[in-house]
Amino acid sequence: MRERLIVSASPHVRDDVSVEKVMYGVVIALVPALAGSIYFYGMRAAFLTLLAIVACLLTEAVIQRMRGVPVTIRDGSALVTGILIAFNLPPGVPWWIPVIGSIFAIAIGKQIFGGLGNNPLNPALVGRAFLMASWPVHLTTTWLSTKGGTLSGTALHGIDAVAQATPLAVLRKASDIVADPSSTTHQLVQAREVLTDLGSADTIVNLFIGNVGGCIGETSVLLLLVGAAYLLYKHLIDWRVPGAYILTVAVLAWIFGGPSGLLTGNALFHVLSGGLILGAFYMATDMVTSPVSPKGMIIFGVGCGVLTAVIRLIGGYPEGVSYSILLMNVATPLIDRHTRPKKFGEVKKSG
Amino acid sequence: MKAMAELVKGIYTENPVFRLALGLCPALAVSTSVENALGMGAAATFVLVGSNIVISLLRKAIPAKVRIPCFIVVIASFVTIVELVMGAYLPELAKSLGIFIPLIVVNCIILGRAEAFASKHGLGLAVMDGIGMGIGFTFALVLIAAIRELLGNGTLFGYMVFGPQFQPMLLMILSPGAFVTIGLLMGYFNILDDKMRRKAKAAEAGGGGR
Repeated sequence: MRERLIVSASPHVRDDVSVEKVMYGVVIALVPALAGSIYFYGMRAAFLTLLAIVACLLTEAVIQRMRGVPVTIRDGSALVTGILIAFNLPPGVPWWIPVIGSIFAIAIGKQIFGGLGNNPLNPALVGRAFLMASWPVHLTTTWLSTKGGTLSGTALHGIDAVAQATPLAVLRKASDIVADPSSTTHQLVQAREVLTDLGSADTIVNLFIGNVGGCIGETSVLLLLVGAAYLLYKHLIDWRVPGAYILTVAVLAWIFGGPSGLLTGNALFHVLSGGLILGAFYMATDMVTSPVSPKGMIIFGVGCGVLTAVIRLIGGYPEGVSYSILLMNVATPLIDRHTRPKKFGEVKKSG
Repeated sequence: MKAMAELVKGIYTENPVFRLALGLCPALAVSTSVENALGMGAAATFVLVGSNIVISLLRKAIPAKVRIPCFIVVIASFVTIVELVMGAYLPELAKSLGIFIPLIVVNCIILGRAEAFASKHGLGLAVMDGIGMGIGFTFALVLIAAIRELLGNGTLFGYMVFGPQFQPMLLMILSPGAFVTIGLLMGYFNILDDKMRRKAKAAEAGGGGR
């Protein structure tokens, strides 16, 4: 009904960009990362992703039917949400986690607000935040080691801090031990050893290829970057949000992330580990929930970066990508309002 | 007949939580279990009826300019009674409701009914209004609490409903669960209301045409 007459301000540029083109472009870009996670974690990754996709599409169809609006599950937006929800889950979660997460993401995160284009928050991240608050144990302990690799990315198995944790969680634990004055000398020595190993070239290479434990889709930086390059080439995403985001995290991690004072942090480790690359290129760039102006995109990216660094370095969780993007999603209308471009011919009022 | 209407309106058509959006603070905060919800509902209903009675009787004696402080003093007296009685006979419940018992003083349903109804109507109607609004508030609290307790804890009145395999949805017990539940219920009641109104209109139009 409301699509019949489109009122918009000039210039009226005609382009063949459509929701379908953007969404299926994102799907294509996510395929390498999906293939990588199937290689590293086995068929379970494919199974969980499929469940999330089916649940998203079904929920979207059922709710649109109930609302009496056209069913638009072919536009690919629910498909992307499904893939991203699975990509944000550890590969060892029970099968019903992606299903319930997808239903919540589509129903509460998107359709309640009126469907695609009206949702204030990224639906996939709403799903993840909901699952994280509801079943924290499943979402923080069901990591799987990669085929032929280790969970934590370091080879130091015998050390307590390394047991059953992802690289970022290990970093957090080891840093806590170093910072804790009551740690024994033995613990301190071990923790220092772990920290050195996390920064070693071997670990960095493993992180880059994806040979470490993590969520289904975030593991291989290399394959995510291949997809991101495709998105940038096709102009489906803008470089400003991911660029500002990753740069901010790198700079803050370098300045404040070191165990022995300022300017000693390992920026590369922080950029390559966790869900930063996945979040920066595929979720922070969501057209519905990020600012439209170039200046706004930079502010959005820097905000995400600051929040992520703060959560990783000071906060309670080892990883903060999803919460920082959600928080900046909420700030997006405000950013848009204050970065509105000048109208043609408009003269700045002298204060 | 009119008295009955005043009683019934509080339960559905003017339900304080779902229709008037009043008293949302306790509705969000103490609706984590059905037991708490019943306790809170009973306490608020007692205060509501008591304050409605006193304010209705004093409505000609209270000067209009200082009516709000007068209402608050009356309400606070009844809240003190509830607090002391609950502390003496139901210490467990008093403990789990905690700060929200004294906070009934600033519950906007009670002040709202005093201002909008009791100070303008006689004793009989004021009592009916208080009872109706109290039941409506309790009904809303229990409904929200039942959903949250069932999903977030797997229990109702503390009894296990699902088997031991059920993994509770913790979010529902936390504050976001309260917001989501109230929002969805409000939306549902709005849809119901809309449908009823449309049906009534259609029936009226159809009857007039013939």
